[in-house]
Amino acid sequence: MELVLSIIIGVLFTAAVYLILSRSLLKVILGTGLLSHGAHLLILTMGGLGGMAPPVLIDGVTDFADPLPQALILTAIVISFGVTAVMLVMAYRMYAVHKTDNMNELRGNDEHD
Amino acid sequence: MINLLLFPIIIPFFFAMVLLFFKEQVVVQRVVTLIGLALSLVASCWLVATVKVEGIQTVTLGSWPAPFGITMVSDMFSALLVTTTILLTFFIVVYSFKSIGVEREKFFYYPAILFMITGINGAFTTGDIFNMFVFFEVFLIASYLLIVLGGEKRQLRESIKYILVNVISSALFVIAVAYLYSVVGTLSMADIAMKIAEINQPGIISVIAILFLIVFGIKGAIFPLYFWLPGSYAAPPIPVLALFGALLTKVGVYAITRTYTLFFVHDIAFTHQFLLVLSLLTIVAGCIGALAYFDLKQIIIYNIIIAVGVILFGVAQMNTTGMEGAVYYLIHDMLIKAALFVLIGIIIYITGTSNLREMGGLIKTHASLGWFYLIAAFGLAGIPPLSGFLGKLLIIKGGFEADHTVGSIVILASSLIVLLSVIRIFIYAFWGEPTQPLPVTNKGTYRAMMMPAVALVVLTIAYGVGAEWLMPYMSDAANVLTDPSIYIDAVLKE
Repeated sequence: MELVLSIIIGVLFTAAVYLILSRSLLKVILGTGLLSHGAHLLILTMGGLGGMAPPVLIDGVTDFADPLPQALILTAIVISFGVTAVMLVMAYRMYAVHKTDNMNELRGNDEHD
Repeated sequence: MINLLLFPIIIPFFFAMVLLFFKEQVVVQRVVTLIGLALSLVASCWLVATVKVEGIQTVTLGSWPAPFGITMVSDMFSALLVTTTILLTFFIVVYSFKSIGVEREKFFYYPAILFMITGINGAFTTGDIFNMFVFFEVFLIASYLLIVLGGEKRQLRESIKYILVNVISSALFVIAVAYLYSVVGTLSMADIAMKIAEINQPGIISVIAILFLIVFGIKGAIFPLYFWLPGSYAAPPIPVLALFGALLTKVGVYAITRTYTLFFVHDIAFTHQFLLVLSLLTIVAGCIGALAYFDLKQIIIYNIIIAVGVILFGVAQMNTTGMEGAVYYLIHDMLIKAALFVLIGIIIYITGTSNLREMGGLIKTHASLGWFYLIAAFGLAGIPPLSGFLGKLLIIKGGFEADHTVGSIVILASSLIVLLSVIRIFIYAFWGEPTQPLPVTNKGTYRAMMMPAVALVVLTIAYGVGAEWLMPYMSDAANVLTDPSIYIDAVLKE
């Protein structure tokens, strides 16, 4: 089962890298979304997929799933959620000001601003 | 006072929350920020004194036993960094009263700074690898606000790249933590160090070590990963640039130092050799950039990259001399970069441009600014009585002790280039004849901006001249770094 998930995570990372390297800013942001999905799935997989019961104390159950990765994922999800919201709003502002979402047109240095 | 080491994290956090309620009252914002930073400074100085007398301070939150709860650990290294952070933030906040503009001050400028300090101090103090990720995000999100605040065209363009790079490196951080967790099954840094020692660092741990180097290298701008820094740091206004230049990359450097002295110490021939080569390449890349530009900001920004390389070269030696030098140089660099950015901010304010070719003859009208800039420039290059000397001396001595002769010579040569790059600013801006009449500036504003600049320069002079009194603190910090068992015993003593 870990092997299957590893392959899926690899596909997610591949897609994320492809999208992040594209020109359109929206595709880049979609790519970061996929990247964080991959990272979160990776924590879950790396914690091990053993354990039958969800990590809730019930009488008579001894084989729980590892609760620690789930807590880590929950933290990482809200953080990436917040950052993605910031990124989307900034992409919107940038589109309003620069009138483009093409990353290639966002070059520039001190000489020509 | 068992919770003493949490005060430098909690006090700025508390004051930042209070400030959210007084969005429009700029005076309240300023006063409350200064009070908060002063209180944190007192707490952190007290912390340094406590660590000096009683050794490493630890507190495991919620009284859980050590590897199961989140441990906060304050050894001398992190206590000194926390104190330096708060100290220079205090002066940069004073500087921003006159330079940042009321519009920005009304839009959560000071709360963002305090939240950033919370995150940075937390990252310096934490003893849990995932908690370090969370504190990284705390100061990164605050820095996203600071870099884009104002919404100028250029800021928007550069900050989207800054955020993108940091989002990717944060995802890599999560991935690295996941790999490490699957190998050692724990998140507490002391416990990780012990588990890695037990399994004697197999190949997979070395791979994770390089992954951590990539993650923190993106934050700390080491050689192939510094590409984002020059553009992004040039976008925000000077006080924000000073905060970023003095603090943010140094957190990455701290994280590399911590992980490479605590976790990955069993295959030094591979991991630390890698770090050594990258640090030298970082210095070369920074030197090329520092000489290439005629822009005040860019010259100093590339000097950040050089300093990162020098510090990591000291860390890569893994001997006491090199480590003492790295600690001493790290704190020197935070102070001197803050001072230099504030000084060039004043030059830009007076001349109205950051292009060296368009200025000249300032020494006739602003003599004190010129001399203070010269002292700071000499301090950066490492002229003996000033602060940059001793750290670099120890780093180079450590390099020779570890038989890294070529590397040590590269560092010596880089000092010359650093000196050339900053003296060029002095020659172009202060000597010669004015190329054009200066724009009209307010004398009072100039004096108010000079005050924190002078304070920071005097602080760096004191840091260099008072090296003898500071050296015991540096040795304490270096001892913990060279002997991880002190750290592990302090956390897992029960």
